[in-house]
Amino acid sequence: MYRYDAYDQKLVDERVAQFRDQMRRHLAGELSDDEFRPVRLQNGLYIQRHAPMYRISIPYGHLASRQLRKLAHLARTYDKSYLHFTTRQNVQFNWAPLEVIPEICAELATVQLHSIQTSGNCIRNFTSDPFAGVAGDELIDPRPWAEILRQWATFHPEFAYLPRKFKIAVNGAKEDRAVIQVHDIGLDLKKNEAGEIGFRVLVGGGLGRTPIIGREIESFIPWQHIISYCEAILRVYNRYGRRDNSFKARIKILVSALGIDEFRWQVREEWAHLKDGPNTLTVEEVHRVADFFEDPAYEDLPADDAGYHHHIAENLAFAAWVKRNVRAHKKQGYASVVLSLKKPGVAPGDITSEQLDLVADWADRFSFGEARVTHEQNLVLADVKKSELYTLWQLARKAGLATPNIGLLTDIICCPGGDFCSLANAKSIPIAAAIQERFDDLDYLHDIGDIEINISGCMNACGHHHVGHIGILGVDKNGEEWYQVTLGGSQGNSTSLGKVIGPSFARAEMPDVIAEIIETYVAERHDDELFIDTVRRIGLEPFKARVYAERQPHKKVANV
Amino acid sequence: MSKVIQNGRIVTSDWQILTVAEGEEAEALSVPAGRVIVPLATWLARREELAARADVGVWFASSEGPEALEADIARLPVIAVNFPKFVDGRGYSTAVLLRTRYGYTGQLIAFGEVLRDQFNYLARCGFDTLQPREDRYTDAQLDAAIASIGDYSEPYQASVLHPQPMFRRIARAGAKA
Repeated sequence: MYRYDAYDQKLVDERVAQFRDQMRRHLAGELSDDEFRPVRLQNGLYIQRHAPMYRISIPYGHLASRQLRKLAHLARTYDKSYLHFTTRQNVQFNWAPLEVIPEICAELATVQLHSIQTSGNCIRNFTSDPFAGVAGDELIDPRPWAEILRQWATFHPEFAYLPRKFKIAVNGAKEDRAVIQVHDIGLDLKKNEAGEIGFRVLVGGGLGRTPIIGREIESFIPWQHIISYCEAILRVYNRYGRRDNSFKARIKILVSALGIDEFRWQVREEWAHLKDGPNTLTVEEVHRVADFFEDPAYEDLPADDAGYHHHIAENLAFAAWVKRNVRAHKKQGYASVVLSLKKPGVAPGDITSEQLDLVADWADRFSFGEARVTHEQNLVLADVKKSELYTLWQLARKAGLATPNIGLLTDIICCPGGDFCSLANAKSIPIAAAIQERFDDLDYLHDIGDIEINISGCMNACGHHHVGHIGILGVDKNGEEWYQVTLGGSQGNSTSLGKVIGPSFARAEMPDVIAEIIETYVAERHDDELFIDTVRRIGLEPFKARVYAERQPHKKVANV
Repeated sequence: MSKVIQNGRIVTSDWQILTVAEGEEAEALSVPAGRVIVPLATWLARREELAARADVGVWFASSEGPEALEADIARLPVIAVNFPKFVDGRGYSTAVLLRTRYGYTGQLIAFGEVLRDQFNYLARCGFDTLQPREDRYTDAQLDAAIASIGDYSEPYQASVLHPQPMFRRIARAGAKA
C-alpha cells in the first residue's frame, strides 16, 4: 500500500499543527462556532448528540496492521473502546471529547492516518474496490489512480469551499464494487482500442434527498489528463453550483438543471484551457505511485489445498463461512476473506479495540500486514492462503468476526442513525438489530440467499437506502419515528434506485414487514432466482398487496 | 484606511472600496477622487469615464467572474474580490482565473469575510492582499495570523503560487526507497 514520504508526512504534520491552533483559538473564544464549523468539519469533526463524532479518512479503504493497532489504542484511550466503520470506507469515533481531538490527530499522523476532508463542502475521501489488486475481474488496479487523485484533492486551495460536499469513487474491475454510479464523480478505468488506459467519467450521481444515477460525461479521458479534467468539472461546479439552498447544492442538481449535454459543453470549454497544462500526469509519477501497489510476495501454491477441502467436508460451520465470507483470488492458492462486522446484536460496522488488535495480528500473520474496509461496513483480509483459512476461521469465530452472513439478509448496511447522529430523523441501529433477531435461522438465511438491506436514519442516505434491494428510511412525523420501505434498488453495474412501496411503518412493525416481503419473494421466486431479480420480474404489486393487506389504518399516514 | 496583509506584511491600504447602498444604482454611484475600487457594474456602465483615471480599480461580487472585464483586466491597478460569506468559495476560482487565464499581475485583494484560516488557500489562489473585516482581528491577532499564509509549505497541487504540481516540482522517492 501507499507509504508516506517526507512530503506527505510534512503536510499531515502541518495540518495537525494548524488544527491544534484552531482548537486553541476556538476554546479561547477567538474562533466563533460559525467560523469554527467549516474548520472542524474539514477535520472530520461533527458536534453530535452525545459528544463530537470524529471521522478518520481511510483512503480507498486500505489499512496497515500498525494503523489498526493505533486505532484500537486511540479508541481505548479516548473513546469507549469501539469504533464504527462507515459506508465510505472511513472510521468514526463517537465519544471522544472535543478538546482531545488534536491529540488524536497527532497520534494518527504518526501512523500516516488523518481526518483531512472527511466532512465539509470539499472533496472527500476517495473510495474504491475493496478487492482491488486481488479480484479476478480487475482490468486495471484503481488504487494508484485513487492515490494520485487523493494527493491532487488534499488541501486543494480552490475547492475547499464548494457549494456542497463532493465524493469521488474509482473502479477498475468489470463489476463495479465502488458504487461509482451514485457519486459526484464516478471514474471507471478502461482501455481504449489502442490499449491505452483512460477513464470513463460519470458525473452528477448521488443519493441523499434527491437520488440520481450519474450520467456519462465522457466515454474516455486519457490517463494523462484526468487531473485537469476533474479540475475542469470542479471549477464549473464551484462557480455555478447553487449556493442559495444547501438541499439543492450538490453537483447533481447543477447537471440536472443544465442537462448533461450543456454541462459537458461547459466542462469542455473549461478543460480546453487546462488540458496539456502542468497538471498533465507524467509516466514517472504514475510509476512512482503504482510501485506501492505491486503484488505482495505471493508463494507459488497448488490451486487446491487438501486440508482446506477436508475441513469444508467435515465442518458444516466452516463450510457455511467459506461459502459466504471467502472470495476467489487472482493468485492460485490464495483467497480473500471478509470478516463480518454484522454479528447480530452488534451495531453494523462497529468493532471493539480488542477485535481491531486481533485483526491487526491476523493481517500480519495471514495477509501481508494489510486489511481493507468495504463500503458494506465489513473488513477484508485480501491475501490469505487457502491452507490457512481454517485456522483464521477458528480465530475469527472466537473473536465474533466470523458470522457467515456476507451478502445475506443480516449483512445490513446501516448508518449510526438517531442513537448518535444529530442529523437523523429516526434510529436505525435498533431496526437492524430487530431484523437480525427475527432472521436468526441460518438455514433460512442461506435459502433466501443474496439480498441487501440498507438502512438510513434520514434522507442524507449515509446507509445508502436507495440502492438497497430493500431500503429502509427513517422519517420523522410529528416527533415520532416512522420507516419508509423501498424495493428494487441495487448497486454495481446495474445500479438502480428503489421505489417506495407505500405509507411508512412504525418501528415495531419493521421485522414483520421485512418478513412478509421475504415470504412474498420465497413464494414467487423461480428456481435459484435472486431476490432482486424476482422484484424486477414481478414488480412491487405482490409485495405491496401482502404487506398492506392487514395494515389499512396506516394508509392514512401521509408519506414523507 | 484599512489594515491589510499585503505580500505577507501588515500595511495600511489607501484603496477605498465603494459599495452600492440599497436603493442606489451602481451606474449612479458617486466616485470620489483618490484611489477607489468600484463595483463591476459601475465600471461597465461608466467605463470611458473611469478608465481615464489611473487610480480606479474594480471589485467582483462572488457571483461575478472575470469574463465580463476581459479587455480591461491588464490595465487595472487593482482588482478586489468580495467574500460575502467565508463559505462562499467562488472567489477562489475568480482569483485563479484572473491570474492564470487573464494574465493579471497587479494587486489582487480578498475582502469581506476573509478569515485567517483561509489565508493559505487564498494566497495560493493568487491573492496578494488579504483584507479581513475591519474589526475582525486585533493588531496582535492579525500579526499572529500572518503565519497562517504558510500553513502548508509544500502543497501537492499546482496553484498560482506553485505553478507546477509536486510531481513536477520535486523528485520524490518511490516505494523502493
